[in-house]
Amino acid sequence: MMTRQVSTFFKLKKFIMWTDIKRIIKSGFVNFWRNSFVSLASILVMTVTLFVLGSLLFVGVMLESSLAQIKDKVDINVYFVTEAPEEEILTLKTSLETLPEVRSVEYVSRTDALERFKTRHENDQLTLQALEELGENPLGANLNIKAVETSQYKGIAAFLQSDSALAQDKTNIIDKVNYFQNKAAIDNLTKIIESSETFGFLVTIILVIATVIITFNTVRLAIYTSKDEIAVMQLVGANNSYIRGPFVFEGILYGAAAGFLTLIFLYPLTIWLGPVTERFFGNINIFTYFVGNFGRIFVIIVGSGIILGAISSFLAVRKYLKV
Amino acid sequence: MIYFDNISKIYSEGRFALENVSFSIAPGEFVSIVGHSGAGKTTLLRMLLAEERPSEGSVFFESTDINSLDKRLLNNYRRRIGSIFQDLRLLPYKTAYENIAFAMEVAGKSDDEIESDVPYVLDLVNLEDKMCRFPHELSGGERQRVAIARAIVNQPDIILADEPTGNLDPINTYEIVQIFKKINELGTVVILTTHNKGVVDSVEGRVITMDKGRVVRDDPSGQYVL
Repeated sequence: MMTRQVSTFFKLKKFIMWTDIKRIIKSGFVNFWRNSFVSLASILVMTVTLFVLGSLLFVGVMLESSLAQIKDKVDINVYFVTEAPEEEILTLKTSLETLPEVRSVEYVSRTDALERFKTRHENDQLTLQALEELGENPLGANLNIKAVETSQYKGIAAFLQSDSALAQDKTNIIDKVNYFQNKAAIDNLTKIIESSETFGFLVTIILVIATVIITFNTVRLAIYTSKDEIAVMQLVGANNSYIRGPFVFEGILYGAAAGFLTLIFLYPLTIWLGPVTERFFGNINIFTYFVGNFGRIFVIIVGSGIILGAISSFLAVRKYLKV
Repeated sequence: MIYFDNISKIYSEGRFALENVSFSIAPGEFVSIVGHSGAGKTTLLRMLLAEERPSEGSVFFESTDINSLDKRLLNNYRRRIGSIFQDLRLLPYKTAYENIAFAMEVAGKSDDEIESDVPYVLDLVNLEDKMCRFPHELSGGERQRVAIARAIVNQPDIILADEPTGNLDPINTYEIVQIFKKINELGTVVILTTHNKGVVDSVEGRVITMDKGRVVRDDPSGQYVL
């Protein structure tokens, strides 16, 4: 008997909850439609907000791609003496590869080095003739090392200078490490990359905060027009969630509509900017990126809009729920 | 049922809106509160609705101090009151029908109950043909009748009516007073503030006269004396 009563109670509670949710959603839609001017103004402001967020996303990708290209161009070469045994070079290569700072190590044998030299100077007959007159390969093998971060070359160079790198044989097989010649350039580049990343991050944070504040104030103004309405709802005995529900749902609608609008605006813009970005940044076409990552961009833009709208509405209504 | 226990309301400038007001209202009573503008009538109703808190004293409803109620209980308490505000306070973006339905929705009424009761009360206040109009599309008197319909639709224990006939012509005023009387006959407490001697006389109930925030006369026989 008791179990039946409890079950009936929960069924009733579930029914009331479902009825409330249905009414909240319906009321949210009706308010959205009837306050069309306020809704439109809010959507437009939120669209600008999300457009800035979307643009930041693209700028971030382009900056990241550019920095990656620059980073990729930085490397150090270890030149070995001509008598250096290949096994020792390969041992050194293996130990370099175990370092977490090292992204890749390319071994260029003496023969390969000679081939590359010849290719590089194929139009310079004098040099090629001099090389032929020598009768033997004057070039040593070398290792081309790329670090994960440009700031890590210093550590790699120090490792190469240390005994541990050549622990198996005390004979110094390294002729030259070009890091020390390029140190100033690498350090400068490292500084520029780090500054660009920090600057990009700061600009992103500032713009995100600014746009969130603008959205919050817009939604707050939209809800300000309903503050008397909220007071009346309280005086007829509506509970806070029942009052807040339609406004939060309206905020979600603003965010979703603004999100879709932003994606619609971004489409032709990326088509137009695609070739420009490809020319300027090399391997990144903003339109290809937009289409290729549409799912992720959709979730970020529309999701941010929905979250922004819901939170802004929730906080704005809270202010007026004090009667 | 209702007891105002020596309540005072003092605004920041030291001005008394209410001063040491004490009286009680029994179940089923019809009370008219009369007095000049600024006498404290509306403030008294606002205290009863817990829209304002007294600076001193307490307001009791069925032996419970309404200012000690938590948010949930306060909502439940307010659902037992039907209020007609002086400025009506209809929801501007809802139609006449939706304004009345909203009061039923917050009271947890089902869709079926709403669909049957709202047209009934609209008919009672002669607005059945204007149920789809928004407040700004209605005349002052029609808006007032929507507010009355909203107040009575949940069959509350108490009806608070702040100048409910202020914008009505004599015929409508008479009809509204008859509605209040009928509701009161069913056991609902009706508390109305008015300047209208005709209304007070036709009610023939208890009359509380206020002046400068004090109760200056409490006449059970229905005398309108200012």
